[in-house]
Amino acid sequence: MILAADVVFLRALINTLIFAGVIAPLQGGLALVLALLLNQALPFINVFRAIYFAPVVVSMVVVSLLWRFIYDGENGLLNTLLGIATLGGFQPVDWLGNPYTAMPAMIAMSAWQAVGFHMVIWLSGLQTIPTSLYEASALDGAGAWQKFRYVTWPGLRNTAVLILIVIVIQAMGLFVQVDVMTRGGPLDATQSVVYQAVQRGYDKQDIAEGSAISVVLFVVVLAITIVNRYLTRDRD
Amino acid sequence: MAAMTYETRYKLIISLRYTLLILISAIFIFPIAFMVVSSLKPDLQLLRDSGSLLAFVPYGDISLNNYAFAFERVPVVQFAFNSIFTTSAAVVASIMLNSMAAFSFAFLRWRGKKLMLTFIIATFIVPFEVLAIPLLLVVNSLPWIGPDGLEIGWLNTYHVQIIPFIADSLGIFLFYQYFRDLPDELVEAARIDGASIWQIFTRIVMPISGPILATVAILKFLLMWNAYIWPLMTVRTEELRPIMVGLQYFFQRYTYWGEIMAYVTLVTIPVLIFYLALQRAFIESIATSGIKG
Repeated sequence: MILAADVVFLRALINTLIFAGVIAPLQGGLALVLALLLNQALPFINVFRAIYFAPVVVSMVVVSLLWRFIYDGENGLLNTLLGIATLGGFQPVDWLGNPYTAMPAMIAMSAWQAVGFHMVIWLSGLQTIPTSLYEASALDGAGAWQKFRYVTWPGLRNTAVLILIVIVIQAMGLFVQVDVMTRGGPLDATQSVVYQAVQRGYDKQDIAEGSAISVVLFVVVLAITIVNRYLTRDRD
Repeated sequence: MAAMTYETRYKLIISLRYTLLILISAIFIFPIAFMVVSSLKPDLQLLRDSGSLLAFVPYGDISLNNYAFAFERVPVVQFAFNSIFTTSAAVVASIMLNSMAAFSFAFLRWRGKKLMLTFIIATFIVPFEVLAIPLLLVVNSLPWIGPDGLEIGWLNTYHVQIIPFIADSLGIFLFYQYFRDLPDELVEAARIDGASIWQIFTRIVMPISGPILATVAILKFLLMWNAYIWPLMTVRTEELRPIMVGLQYFFQRYTYWGEIMAYVTLVTIPVLIFYLALQRAFIESIATSGIKG
């Protein structure tokens, strides 16, 4: 069998790349916003850190089961909340049953689950920036945005590279959400490379095919990581 | 109206900030609250409420029945024991092995060290699910000396759930990063005083590595406690199954949602407790010197 001519596999590959391509900036960006919000010495700030991190410790299998209820088309929490927010103007959507919304729904849920982890990594990066730099820029009359642009962001460069790589690696391994929520459907809209590898290699006992898919994935992830490292290399 | 004083403005900003933080908290908590509240309701009410805000209100026919039924359906105690056993074995073994490996990378001098480190970090980019099938073939043909003498194949055992997860490139990397940032003088001084490598490792380096130890322990704990695919593939003997696999028992001809909610609540609570107990050390360690680019 030839992978390159296999429609379902190609679909899975494209889906996985889209998933990784969307979730990396989305989740990384949200995590940074949360980290900036939490990076101050206010009372109870640790409580909020713990709460935002909590979904990370819940198993992805459990998280996927819970979100199946939330995304339900007939009696789902999300539709109800959107209905309330729009005063009943919102038409209910079967989020996981509709080929156009299934992948975005999966992306949103995955970002929700993991954003706390990357928030903590951003926080670590933020705390390595010396306060003297902020004081100096304040003396020079820098505003909040300028401080972020010229002090915070340059100081986070290494952290940003790390977060990007970690999110992409995790995203390329997309599996549990697909297995529990959609089994690749509807109309292959949520097929993923690893889901295909497991389906063929394990469920259909075609180990050669499953392994071939695994090798393709390894090469793709390796290539992305190398390109990423190249683009974000130290230029000085 | 007169301009607000500095103090009122400050108070206003602070309260706005807290409002925002609390609103965001709601986003992170609501599925977990839904899980706990649903576990107390009978199936009909659970399904009826799940689409409205009533999903978060424990009312009506509230009971612990779902928990009782879940205990009847799944050998919870046996599964929990299996998970606790495999998880703690893997956590302890992986902390010992990976910290020693990282110690060698950080403080000892040997040929090919850099190349080896690069290889180990490169394996981090392969998702486990991808390795699962080849790994299944490998463990299926490995020998083991057990009570019945020499056996071939590790399927349906405890060790098949533990050994593949001990060596861990992320763990080695995290320890290595932490060790590298320790002051060199610390190790040098000990060496001049005639301490052996083993003494430097156990008496000097490890005692000041608490935060990173907590980090590696939490990450390994989560991975092991939540293990699902691997035990599904390798363990068919019921007495050896871990806790997550128990979920399968609720998806029969009819799906018992109330019991599922009770079961996942039971499975999740120990993790939340473990996390809260270690979270201070965990967040501090990542926040001080754990992960850097």
